[in-house]
Amino acid sequence: MNTNITSLRARVLQPEARLIEDEPYFEPVRDEVALFEAAYASRLPVLLKGPTGCGKTRFVEHMAWRLKRPLITVSCHDDLTASDLVGRYLITNQETVWVDGPLARAVRAGAICYLDEIVEARKDTTVVIHPLADERRILPMEKRGELLQAPPEFMLALSYNPGYQNVMKELKQSTRQRFIGIEFTYPDAAVEAKIVVAESGIDPADAEKLVRLAHMTRNLKGSGLDEGASTRLLVHAAKLMRLGVAPRTACTGAIAEALTDDEDMLRAVNELASSLF
Amino acid sequence: MSSPPRSSDPGEAGALSTRLAAADIERALHERLDAVLSSRRTPAEAAGHIAVLTRPAQDFVLHWVSVVARTSPELAFQFAAAAGAALCALDVEAAERWIVCAVDAYDRDGLHAGGTAIRAWHAFVGNAAGAAVSFESAARVLRLFVQGLAGRAMPVETAAHAYTDTERIYLPPLIDRQGRAHENFLLYKGTAVLLWAQSRYGTYNADLAAAVAAFDDPFRALSLLNALETVRLEACVARALPGLAEDLHAIARDPLADAGLSRLREPSATVDESIALMREMYADPPCFDSIYPIALEPGLAAAARASRIAREKNAFQGELARILEERKDGFEPAPAFTLEAASDDENAPAQHSTLKLDGTPVETSEDMAQLMASIRQDLGDVPDDYLVPSGAGAAAPDARAGAKAAEDSETLTEPARVYDEWDYQRGHYRRNWCHVREHEVVAGDREFVQTTARKYAGRIAQLKRTFELMRGDERRLSRQSDGDGLDFDALIDAYVDMKEGAEVPSLVYTRRQRSERDVAVMFMIDMSGSTKGWINDAEREALVMLCEALEALGDRYAIYGFSGVTRKDCRVFRVKSFDEPYGDDVQGRIAGIEAHDYTRMGAAIRHLTATLSAIEARTRLLITLSDGRPDDFSDNYRGEYGIEDTRQALLEAHRAGVKPFCITIDREAHDYLPHMYGAARWALVDDVAKLPVKVAEIYARLTI
Repeated sequence: MNTNITSLRARVLQPEARLIEDEPYFEPVRDEVALFEAAYASRLPVLLKGPTGCGKTRFVEHMAWRLKRPLITVSCHDDLTASDLVGRYLITNQETVWVDGPLARAVRAGAICYLDEIVEARKDTTVVIHPLADERRILPMEKRGELLQAPPEFMLALSYNPGYQNVMKELKQSTRQRFIGIEFTYPDAAVEAKIVVAESGIDPADAEKLVRLAHMTRNLKGSGLDEGASTRLLVHAAKLMRLGVAPRTACTGAIAEALTDDEDMLRAVNELASSLF
Repeated sequence: MSSPPRSSDPGEAGALSTRLAAADIERALHERLDAVLSSRRTPAEAAGHIAVLTRPAQDFVLHWVSVVARTSPELAFQFAAAAGAALCALDVEAAERWIVCAVDAYDRDGLHAGGTAIRAWHAFVGNAAGAAVSFESAARVLRLFVQGLAGRAMPVETAAHAYTDTERIYLPPLIDRQGRAHENFLLYKGTAVLLWAQSRYGTYNADLAAAVAAFDDPFRALSLLNALETVRLEACVARALPGLAEDLHAIARDPLADAGLSRLREPSATVDESIALMREMYADPPCFDSIYPIALEPGLAAAARASRIAREKNAFQGELARILEERKDGFEPAPAFTLEAASDDENAPAQHSTLKLDGTPVETSEDMAQLMASIRQDLGDVPDDYLVPSGAGAAAPDARAGAKAAEDSETLTEPARVYDEWDYQRGHYRRNWCHVREHEVVAGDREFVQTTARKYAGRIAQLKRTFELMRGDERRLSRQSDGDGLDFDALIDAYVDMKEGAEVPSLVYTRRQRSERDVAVMFMIDMSGSTKGWINDAEREALVMLCEALEALGDRYAIYGFSGVTRKDCRVFRVKSFDEPYGDDVQGRIAGIEAHDYTRMGAAIRHLTATLSAIEARTRLLITLSDGRPDDFSDNYRGEYGIEDTRQALLEAHRAGVKPFCITIDREAHDYLPHMYGAARWALVDDVAKLPVKVAEIYARLTI
């Protein structure tokens, strides 16, 4: 029984030392690749705006691969503080040891640091990224009394969903005005179908139907749905279908139930799916 | 929706099981319908019919007579007259669907439509069998379904038979054709899709009235054409929505195997093929047996189509003018627009064909793309004469015959304050244009508040719990001088400092503390004439629930209504100011909220923003409860002008640190609210009956 334990163990990797080896699949919609590269060359931070599941995270992975830089991703949550990003002292063997946070590690290694859903983080975290996001490019490490000057390779990227219906979670002007904004929308129908095929290996005709379903749900945004079905949801449904799950069941599970709990809305989305499949 | 009827007459409370006598019923009807009775028009006959009903049915009738009488005594009288016969055939549940349907029709289309719906109670017979599906029960799903399906917004309403005028889809009030409920629903869905297909695949792109006028029996020609179009559209639908076609196949008969019809099933077939075939077959038509209860309405469709085409041409040219304006950079001969059509895949959603200005592509907005898609649906492509930019914007607003304001039932509390108004045509403010006066709502019967509190007791308790949880959002404060736990980060820092010989800080505890929400919210209630009746009831109920819930939450809040006639008389009605407690006075004023005149929203927003800005709070919210577009009796405020002024007022509010949000019940809100409030700053509650519950939920979601 215990022979396989070692092979089951997940690989341990140092994020700043890990380079993405295989090209992460990404289908450019507009000129986002060129824009990101230009921002990188000009040492400007970027702000990726767009609804959930339209490929922001994948894009950053793709760019990290393209630019051959390690990528450190932090998913922000409402308890994330500045010292979670910068670092803190720990005690080992009666000694205090400084441990870098992910942001400090990224700065030191000249990596790309990607703060996903930045508005979820505590307000004080945005203060810590300000000096890093303008021409100073420094990370103040208050507890150590040091300033970390970022090397040219370092880049800061944030993501943010402007469609959120919450007045408490808005990006401050002082933060957003430091960034190059790259807007993400859902790709057009042909490209989106291509993505679904590439990600799931599904039949192109079914992928095309899934994309049409996505467009139908996006027509419902604002009338009971906060968001339409994202490309990610389409890929989920396609993956289920690829394994032989009936299309209607796959759409219910991967799309309708993921979008809403409202009974009528669930039914409407299922009716739309069953009209196509 | 409504609780089981209870007699409102206290004297009868003890004898629930005893049937009421005709005389008692007549007296009760007299009380409720007094306004529309005369010596020759008495409720005696109606009372006689109601007297034979069971007591629960009698209570039901009397309850609904009072409810309907609040909206329209005349409609209530007609209901009472029909109720005796109807309640013999309908159970209480079916009868409730019937009366709700009738009141909806009244709200929507007035007394005539309401009366027609009252007399159509037969349509609801058979509901008890359980297989029939009523429009009302399916409406919300169907509306969402059609909205998802259609690129162009197509409201779904009910009418005696199913048709579309290409702007709206009308479905019958009830479908009871199949043995099982889900099959009847499927038929609803199929009917809606077929009507959508009539507009999507261009049934009305030919002049149908002219095509059938030449025959000696135009009606027969039209029904043949209808059948042929159904064959063609079924094939279109089968290509676009194969799943639906398969489902329908299970309940429909096999399609007609007539070889002559096969050309209608070609993807390239248009309405012209159907017309040609109709001419061939007119003399000896085959027997079509359609499962769809649909009809063609060439007259209605042509009118709707013509007005849409004109409107969209105007809007398109206006948009071109706007684009030109934006890039005004000294072009001397005015640059020319050209259009390069995209590939024409009939199933492709939202076509983005490229609009070019002097050969270079122009970035088209989402609205423009939709407009072009809609024009293309009607005309095949955007005609060349559309490519000339116009000077003016959209069509001039129509003049309205206005009713003079009713006698003031409010007391004036303050002198008028003057506000600027934004004139989008000028691109400037009209200075000191609007006069806003604050009035106090005259208190109504507080009984309304108590009834609502009882009616929604369960929901209110639930909301209070939710809101209390929001309030009780505890935070752990670190680095405190004392507290209920140790702050290990601080402790380690202290340890480090100690090792280094520095002063040891004592702030090493954590303490739990409730976070201060510090929210001030202003509710701005639409009191325009269009809210009369149910909407007003729903608004008032929503306010009662909000107040109950907000009391639990502790947010500071104020409630103001708004209405008015013309710029000289914009009114803002105080229901509750920020520093007023939620007590008897406020409850009375909530009950006293009435529908008034028009909605000059810009002025109200400016005034209430000023009031809200005076409040010290970290987050200031201005939430509008609305039922439609901004509108006023004069100054062309209706339409683009009002929307642009409101938008401007909201931008001003934003700059003043006030965050606006709008909750609307207008199903056409998509057309203008995103422009006014921004895509994420509004919510649609598409069922008036759900408004009371939804408003508090939306508020909770908005501020967590």
